[in-house]
Amino acid sequence: MRVVHYLNQFFGGIGGEEHADTEPQVHDEPVGPGRLLGQVLGENAQVVRTIVCGDNYATENMEALTALVLEQTKDAQADIFVAGPCFEAGRYGVAAAGLCVAVSSELDIPVVTGMAQENPGVDLHRQTLYIVDSGKAASAMREVLTKMSDMAHKLASGQDMGAPAEEGYIARGILKDTFVEQTAAQRLVAMLDAKVKGEEFESELPAPSFPEIPAPAPVADMSKARVAIITDGGLVPKGNPDNISAWAATNWGSYDIAGKDGLQGDDYEVSHRGYDTRYVEQDPDRLVPVDVLRELEESNVIGELHSQFISTSGLVNPIANSRRLGREIAAQLKESEVDAVILTST
Amino acid sequence: MEKAGIPVCHVTSVVPVAKMVGSNRIVQGQGIVHVMGDADLPAEEEKELRRKTVLQAIEALKNEAATP
Repeated sequence: MRVVHYLNQFFGGIGGEEHADTEPQVHDEPVGPGRLLGQVLGENAQVVRTIVCGDNYATENMEALTALVLEQTKDAQADIFVAGPCFEAGRYGVAAAGLCVAVSSELDIPVVTGMAQENPGVDLHRQTLYIVDSGKAASAMREVLTKMSDMAHKLASGQDMGAPAEEGYIARGILKDTFVEQTAAQRLVAMLDAKVKGEEFESELPAPSFPEIPAPAPVADMSKARVAIITDGGLVPKGNPDNISAWAATNWGSYDIAGKDGLQGDDYEVSHRGYDTRYVEQDPDRLVPVDVLRELEESNVIGELHSQFISTSGLVNPIANSRRLGREIAAQLKESEVDAVILTST
Repeated sequence: MEKAGIPVCHVTSVVPVAKMVGSNRIVQGQGIVHVMGDADLPAEEEKELRRKTVLQAIEALKNEAATP
């Protein structure tokens, strides 16, 4: 089995943050953790090529890096592509997961990566990838590589993958039908029994978890701040130009309000189909308060109302999807130098 | 948004959900069908109410978020 391995500049032995701009380097041998990976993979597998790249370079040049990795992996006649493990390193995780997705879809070979649950690479690509749960400590390198190696062998030989907890990968959010001995009622009572006794039990449908995000510092001077309005209430211009769907919306829109003293019902409609939208359609300021914020801009309570409002439809949306929309919107508002956001939710 | 460092004030009438998902600054809205208004009020009073709600949001953005 021929393995191509991706590493960042730190694990690739080039250096720390000061070398994060390093352009991709290709070695026809294992590097750093790749040597250990070679050992745990056993005799029938070898790391034939390693690609090392700086985290900043990867983040800023993902397209070029992806093209290079695809070319090098193909050229090495790889049977499997391994990236990381990345532990908590965010840029590394995002690059590793992105490369795994590209290799898997373009070259159709199995891919394996490893990272901590909290790594943003997990949020982005957990549904498509088998990501070994590496934990946060890089000192567990051997243990993590062993798990990744086991997974590589399993995927390469086309064996069925077991449940996340058994195999040590991060849940992909996929429900599989299986035969069980006990009915749902019996399992439920057993779970309740364990809960009452304070014993351990495992829910079959884990509730989604929302990681705590520390509050950003307050805005020191609102009279100088650029404020944007976002809504998940689905207000869109008449005709819904971006086709934002009524539920499980996969996109968002950004709509010009420059120079407007308020929003007129005739110009807008609501794509959201989860609440009685008549009141907002009568007067969109009830959802996107342009009228009041424009006045507060004129009296200099706020510095400036951002020239566009952002809208999507927040109805029965899978959390992973909502997170992606949030990331995209945040990136755009960051670029527009928005200082604060008022988010209205129906 | 807040992961990117932009402070957000979440105006919603369903505060428990905002708390559950981890919003750090929350202002109670007027109702699901008109977060920023109240169709039962005369236009002037409704706008005044909206101004009050928006000012609360601005106030929240000016201050440290209380730990949830």
